[in-house]
Amino acid sequence: MTDILEVARRQVLEEGRGLSAEQALECLTLPDERISDLLALAHEVRMRWCGPEVEVEGIVSLKTGGCPEDCHFCSQSGRFESPVRSVWLNIPELVEAAKDTARTGATEFCIVAAVRGPDERLMAQVREGIKAINDAVDINIACSLGMLTRAQVDELVEMGVHRYNHNLETARSHFPNVVTTHSWEERWETCLMVKEAGMELCCGGIIGMGETVEQRAEFAGQLAELEPDEVPLNFLAPRPGTPFADRPLVEGTEALKTIGAFRLALPRTILRYAGGRELTLGDLGTRDGMLGGINAIIVGNYLTTLGRPAAQDLALLDELQMPIKALSQTL
Amino acid sequence: MERYCDRCGAPEAEGDHRDCRAARLMEPPRYCTRCRRRLVVQVTPMGWTARCAEHGTLTSA
Repeated sequence: MTDILEVARRQVLEEGRGLSAEQALECLTLPDERISDLLALAHEVRMRWCGPEVEVEGIVSLKTGGCPEDCHFCSQSGRFESPVRSVWLNIPELVEAAKDTARTGATEFCIVAAVRGPDERLMAQVREGIKAINDAVDINIACSLGMLTRAQVDELVEMGVHRYNHNLETARSHFPNVVTTHSWEERWETCLMVKEAGMELCCGGIIGMGETVEQRAEFAGQLAELEPDEVPLNFLAPRPGTPFADRPLVEGTEALKTIGAFRLALPRTILRYAGGRELTLGDLGTRDGMLGGINAIIVGNYLTTLGRPAAQDLALLDELQMPIKALSQTL
Repeated sequence: MERYCDRCGAPEAEGDHRDCRAARLMEPPRYCTRCRRRLVVQVTPMGWTARCAEHGTLTSA
């Protein structure tokens, strides 16, 4: 049988065709002693098809907690005994967060709300917030506001939102074990509407929610079919009070195989380190992932948890001689 | 005066809070250490604030 990494070298690196789900599974089940080979190839693929630049993004929660959905990983669901309380960020604080993000060199600032989908109050707050940010800061604005109607998609385009985040979270076959209040297909539908409207699509998920390795490969294949501009890769950070509170962290070796396999399935996509990497990979693993296919990071804190100090990540990029993508390259 | 763990909200004197202290390196506080109220926490890219209705606001700075 031909070695999967030899196949990937020809198919992905030379021809630019991503691995199928079946091929991604072969990567995910490589023995641990092949991880360095997998990551080295994934890095070559990233450099060939995406280039050396790293896209840096900051995220902030505009509306925290009190969500009616039951995503089992999320501390912001109002259905669980989570210590997270509801709070809204005001516009001056939102602008300050955007300024802080821009000072790191980031080109992306994502406004996030814990909702099933936006209501009129939230859309009005987003509109006001985007105007205030644009008046004060030179940065691309993305949003993550849950499931959208066609009219809301059009409204966000008109506001100048250039990218929309809506994660599929996990493989279609595993989704009912993670969320019961809406379907994977509803999420897929919002993703399609975002693409059709001409916004960039950011769509990824969380590794380590009890899915099998086959389902991780299935998920990679489904993301490849969707062709998002960006895939954020989170690793489950179990949150107190949620149904997934007692799940174990993803092993570092599994996380690195996932990074490599996803890069080989998605050669041209922005593959972003998102939540949980600090716990799952630590400092050394974070470095390995940056040299294994990752080409974007969330800098600073997450929505309800803290990240590494921004200076630490920026120093790592400097050490690895990976330039931060400039705003002029994204417009 | 009784003090409470700012991560799990249990009395500091009861149980082992070493895991809580380790977790707090990557999390803002969630409970007031003086009255055990749940804090209203806002995390931003470079910091956080945590407000207790009775005992005021803590910040990351």
